[in-house]
Amino acid sequence: MNVNYTAEELAFRDEVRAFLKSELPADIAAKVKLGKHMSKEDHQRWQQILVKRGWYAPGWPVELGGTTWGPVEKHIFDEECSAFGAPRTVPFGVNMVAPVIIKFGTQQQIDHYLPRILSGEDWWCQGYSEPGAGSDLASLKTRAVRDGDHYVVNGQKTWTTLGQHANMIFCLVRTDPEAQQQRGISFLLIDMKSPGISVRPIITLDGDHEVNEVFFDNVRVPVGNLVGEENQGWTCAKYLLTHERTGLAGIGSSKAVLAHLKRIAMKEVCDGKPMLEDPLFRAQVAEVEMQLMAIEMSTLRILAAAKEGGVPGAESSILKVKGTEIRQAITHLLRKVIGPYALPFLEEEMQLDYDGELLHADYSASLAGDYFNMRKLSIFGGSNEIQKNIVSKMILEL
Amino acid sequence: MDFKLTEEQQMLQDTAARLVRDAYPFEQREKFSESELGFSAEFWSQLGELGLTAVPFSEDVGGFGGGGVETMLVMTELGRGLTLEPYLQSVIFAGGLLNQLGSDAQKDDLLPQVAAGSLQLAVAFDEPQSHYNLHDVQTKAEAVDGGYRLSGRKAVVIGGHSAGKIIVSARTSGDSRDETGISLFLVDPNAPGVSRRVYPTIDGRKGCELFLDNVQVGADSLLGDVGNALSAMRYQQGRAIAAQCADALGSMDEACKLTLDYLKTRKQFGVPIGKFQVLQHRMVDMQTELEQATSMAILAATFADGEDNDERSRIIAAAKYICARAARKVAEEAIQLHGGIGMTWEYNLAHHAKRLVMIAHQFGDDDHHLKAYAKLMQVA
Repeated sequence: MNVNYTAEELAFRDEVRAFLKSELPADIAAKVKLGKHMSKEDHQRWQQILVKRGWYAPGWPVELGGTTWGPVEKHIFDEECSAFGAPRTVPFGVNMVAPVIIKFGTQQQIDHYLPRILSGEDWWCQGYSEPGAGSDLASLKTRAVRDGDHYVVNGQKTWTTLGQHANMIFCLVRTDPEAQQQRGISFLLIDMKSPGISVRPIITLDGDHEVNEVFFDNVRVPVGNLVGEENQGWTCAKYLLTHERTGLAGIGSSKAVLAHLKRIAMKEVCDGKPMLEDPLFRAQVAEVEMQLMAIEMSTLRILAAAKEGGVPGAESSILKVKGTEIRQAITHLLRKVIGPYALPFLEEEMQLDYDGELLHADYSASLAGDYFNMRKLSIFGGSNEIQKNIVSKMILEL
Repeated sequence: MDFKLTEEQQMLQDTAARLVRDAYPFEQREKFSESELGFSAEFWSQLGELGLTAVPFSEDVGGFGGGGVETMLVMTELGRGLTLEPYLQSVIFAGGLLNQLGSDAQKDDLLPQVAAGSLQLAVAFDEPQSHYNLHDVQTKAEAVDGGYRLSGRKAVVIGGHSAGKIIVSARTSGDSRDETGISLFLVDPNAPGVSRRVYPTIDGRKGCELFLDNVQVGADSLLGDVGNALSAMRYQQGRAIAAQCADALGSMDEACKLTLDYLKTRKQFGVPIGKFQVLQHRMVDMQTELEQATSMAILAATFADGEDNDERSRIIAAAKYICARAARKVAEEAIQLHGGIGMTWEYNLAHHAKRLVMIAHQFGDDDHHLKAYAKLMQVA
């Protein structure tokens, strides 16, 4: 038993740190640390730096532009990126559709789509949830009917994150309405510029535009855009969901946000002393730090067990539930630490280029909104209730 | 023990409930919130016409002579409709300060106007460093010929953008966290040297930062004795907290109803999601929080206008602690049980959630009141 990183792993960490120190643009890191929204251009600028270094798609096979990293290296990389304030990779292309194409797609699809993901030419979004199919994803109704060399798609997707930036969407569609729910579903790649697609923004309670509804009205999709076999889309979906959950614990990001909390709690005062010296508040910060310590070790244990091959199984559901609870607890404390200054809703101060006078501090404007925004963590990517169902069924066999 | 309302109280509740129901559909609220005033001038004058702004004032100034229970009934309905008008700030908090501390001349002049709703007041006690501590006052009031000169900054003054007068706490003597040396002043927001930065709040209301730069006020602007305002500030904030708990109650009750309705209608896996035991129990937990909060809001209401002593202070602190915790729990659970739809701007539940979480950010959060209670707790 040795819970420390090996010499090779430490050397790798140094390499990552050196890279981030020299290559991460300061303006992007500043935005990340202050919780400002990233523009599409910010994401793409950072993506190109990573691509150049060969680190944008760590999970891909080397010959396609990936790395040989194991789970521990990936964890180290994520953690360091978060600590330095690198933007979180928008996962839909590189970490979601790409693994599915690699696993189930044709050589032609691999050759076509993967380079375009690396180059940034394609920005992907995800078409899974529907108004009537949330936790019960398999009840989805968006229909794809074969018509010669095309599928004709009709229906609606929702909660499509950053769909407003996307030119491609991967969708689960129903190709056989007669088959039992999971069996009649196919995995389809659709060009967002196809006639008949419309995107409507959903504004969330924090005033943000992050998610969208996507409507399909007789959209013609070439049959070559089917991934895997017709009616076998659920296999792709399950494979992808497991991939998605692994990253959802967000340890690196939570550690960075906890450090941010401590910095702020040293600046904000109560009774003439820093908030972090208030015993009651300090105890709450300590509590979440201990939880984070435990989940990090749990993550490493699960990753180590998975090192031999493949992605972790149902254990990743445990990480998702606990990891998102921890992140939500930190955002709760961040909102609390600024006291009455959680109330002002300063949209202008949340803008990237705001250079006017600050109402309170450069960190304060986004904190209440962030807290509300982060309620999504326990809802998306398979709600925490669904994750618990998975644990209870797959691990506990209840 | 008798928890029943009198006939008069029942009528008051019905009046408030009907008014809110008719005048405050959610779509209207959005428009009020986005307007420059940030609330409905018409609804505010209706509150005056129906006598609701007069509820806590004595009959000799045109009031209704109501106490904490009457205030609670009105506030609960205002909270249910997520109303935006500064009823709590003007009528209960500022009105209470004026009533307790005002000279006869001040009361004769101002109280009838506040009770009628024709004058709106705001209270500016918080400062950037005060973190809910009313005695942490750095704003200075220097005695000068004929009055005082005020300088400093007051933080997050809800309703301060539209108030005709603002009650400001300032230090006439002592150091920044001394309990003595704090005085209250009635400040005209249009006086030279006063500036405001107005902003919306995340729960849909409006407030401002109040900047005082050598503001001259007359001696008649002083409210109460020089240097002795703290106990009245705390007492009246206690009344405001009792009202705030009732406000939260109305909102929590709505959030619970919306969630229960959703559990019964939203189908997944072929059944209404309310058929799943795990969700049933969570709905029960929400309802339990609501019950606990209701009890504490009632307790606080019955003590709100009572004698100023440790027992009252303990009850107010406990009520705020329980209600703030319940409000956050209900808000978070309501969103979670709804899923994504609970996070959308278009759906009123999300606005209840924001209001409920923000309850903690005014007049002290749960930590603040936990510490206050612990200090006053009887050990034997």
